[in-house]
Amino acid sequence: MSRLAQRFAELKTQGDKPKKALIPYVMASDPSPEITLPLMHAMVEAGADIIELGVPFSDPMADGPVIQLAAERSLKHNTSMHDVFSLVSEFRKTDDKTPVIVMGYLNPIEVMGYQSFAQQAATSGIDGVLTVDMPPVEADEYVPALKSQGLDPIFLLAPTSTPARIKKLAEVASGFVYYVSLKGVTGAATLDVASVETKVAEIRQFIDLPIAVGFGISDADSAAKVASCSDAVVVGSTIVKKMTINSGKTEQERSIIIKEISEILSSMRSAMDRL
Amino acid sequence: MTDIKEKLSVTDYMSMPDDKGHFGVYGGIFASETLMQALEELRDAYEKIKTDKVFQAQFDEDLAQYVGRPSPLYFAERLTQQVGGAQIFLKREDLNHTGAHKINNTIGQGLLAKMMGKKRVIAETGAGQHGVATATVAARFGMECVVYMGAEDIVRQAPNVYRMKLLGAKVVAVESGSKTLKDALNEAMRDWVTNVDDTFYIIGTVAGPHPYPAMVRDFQTIIGREAKAQMQAQCACLPDALVACVGGGSNAIGLFHPFLADESVAMYGVEGGGLGVDSGKHAAPLCAGNPGVLHGNRTYLMEDENGQIIETHSVSAGLDYPGVGPEHSWLKDIGRVNYVAATDDEALAAFHTLTQVEGIIPALESSHAVAYGMKLAATMKPEQRIIINLSGRGDKDINTIAKIEGIEL
Ligand SMILES: Cc1ncc(COP(=O)(O)O)c(C=O)c1O
Repeated sequence: MSRLAQRFAELKTQGDKPKKALIPYVMASDPSPEITLPLMHAMVEAGADIIELGVPFSDPMADGPVIQLAAERSLKHNTSMHDVFSLVSEFRKTDDKTPVIVMGYLNPIEVMGYQSFAQQAATSGIDGVLTVDMPPVEADEYVPALKSQGLDPIFLLAPTSTPARIKKLAEVASGFVYYVSLKGVTGAATLDVASVETKVAEIRQFIDLPIAVGFGISDADSAAKVASCSDAVVVGSTIVKKMTINSGKTEQERSIIIKEISEILSSMRSAMDRL
Repeated sequence: MTDIKEKLSVTDYMSMPDDKGHFGVYGGIFASETLMQALEELRDAYEKIKTDKVFQAQFDEDLAQYVGRPSPLYFAERLTQQVGGAQIFLKREDLNHTGAHKINNTIGQGLLAKMMGKKRVIAETGAGQHGVATATVAARFGMECVVYMGAEDIVRQAPNVYRMKLLGAKVVAVESGSKTLKDALNEAMRDWVTNVDDTFYIIGTVAGPHPYPAMVRDFQTIIGREAKAQMQAQCACLPDALVACVGGGSNAIGLFHPFLADESVAMYGVEGGGLGVDSGKHAAPLCAGNPGVLHGNRTYLMEDENGQIIETHSVSAGLDYPGVGPEHSWLKDIGRVNYVAATDDEALAAFHTLTQVEGIIPALESSHAVAYGMKLAATMKPEQRIIINLSGRGDKDINTIAKIEGIEL
């Protein structure tokens, strides 16, 4: 069983009632290369079940200003896919349980070749890959390359997804599916819980995988509401905003950022568990 | 004749792209799920109008009465004499309403937006020509218009910014990334996913996800269809060579496409060579890039070893783009079209030559085609003929030229 499947199974069965997964998103090497590893461990400590690690791209078309700037900060350190692999290998030295998925755009994978990327990603301990601009219709070579290395291809669904595209996605996706809760880019503010609930129910008719919901989750309250109608909550821009507090160059600066993010996650965790 | 037919069945240029938008390995729909619905709607609408007589009649009527088509195929006699080689003909897209070929496409997409009931149009622009052409169509149809433009280009192309504003468009300065055309395209995409219900995104070149590369091409092939008929009327022959500048590649594919199956016609796409292709400071992905994925399609790109898109350099804002339409990537790989570059200096020299010898001030983009076309003509015989696509006029560039020459206006 893949780490992702294992984790979702545990959340369902361990403890006295089923729990929902909390998935924080941070960009690798934002704001400094040294912060990401201790931050990942701290996020697990604060209640994260799965970590989504952003791989920076020069042209992040689907992202709002907060994550665009995160990518720019990360790219100032020339962060490459290989840096992300090393980071996850380091993380795995002390955490063999928490699934890590990488999220980014296709071109950095395209230059490596899908097979070579998949091999190195699996070796470093990555569990799933979400590529924003790789839809199922283009994934004839991409999906087999990932699956041959035991990686879960994770795909997006949106409020505008039709039954035909949801079915097509169900044929190729594994791990979980990621429902984008609103029309727009990352970091947008409005979240309409009722419409999320309706759409998640529609998706469930076609797909057995866990459904994570992201975009627009800004605090403990919205995390709890979304958790009540899905299997997992992804929180990105809200914590990425904290990367601007300081430059993350010194140990002390990094610990300030890590503490603030941990507090947000802890509050989300307890709100979600109170359900 | 039979010869051509056989060749056609080998590589059927006219049937490209396939139904998923692929030109060989290039093109496609590399877009986020958040855009898929809008793209599928657009594809369906476009499939419908392709064979819709009413739509096509309206399009032709607008091109004739509003744009002023057909544009002349002008024999540049003095330029031909000065170069001393093949006869040089200029396809005068600079004489179109708004001053460039861009309006052919915005008329087509504007009509489609109207048909789809969209009330708001958005566009990206580099040189500002496409922004002006979009703002023009929006004014004519009474639609709200927002144009995204790199902050750096806003400075370079100030006259066009003011024109767009006069036409009622809102011009949004894009401050992200390299602050040029590619970043304007990113920002327009972000607007589109957010306002997808009432907004039509009018892309200005043959790039983007399917169906844009095919659709924009089809609206621009009026250039080549006219040129073919005009050449036939003037000398009962085909040209020996075609030359066009390539930014995203819409004016070039518009001229080339109707001639692709005519084996005897050589074709040259001229990229922005900047300070020289060897210097690394250029905008020539077909000459010096690698295949990759950007803005919804697979195509040649300027990228680094990690797959990050690198900054381009060209004196002309309209060529300052790190990608290129996917059909050009395919035409390069199969060897049908030659892709070359003209440097900033060569383009500037050609700008002055054409202005002084023919009394025609070309756009800086088009000046790249003129520069290469003159070089090419010099190597050819006097009985041969080349067509250079004069994609736009240079009024918008006079500030840039004056600045380069140290003149204050
Ligand atoms: C006059 C003119 N020619 C050429 C171009 C380049 O675009 P394309 O390669 O799509 O024709 C532009 C773009 O702004 C332009 O304004």
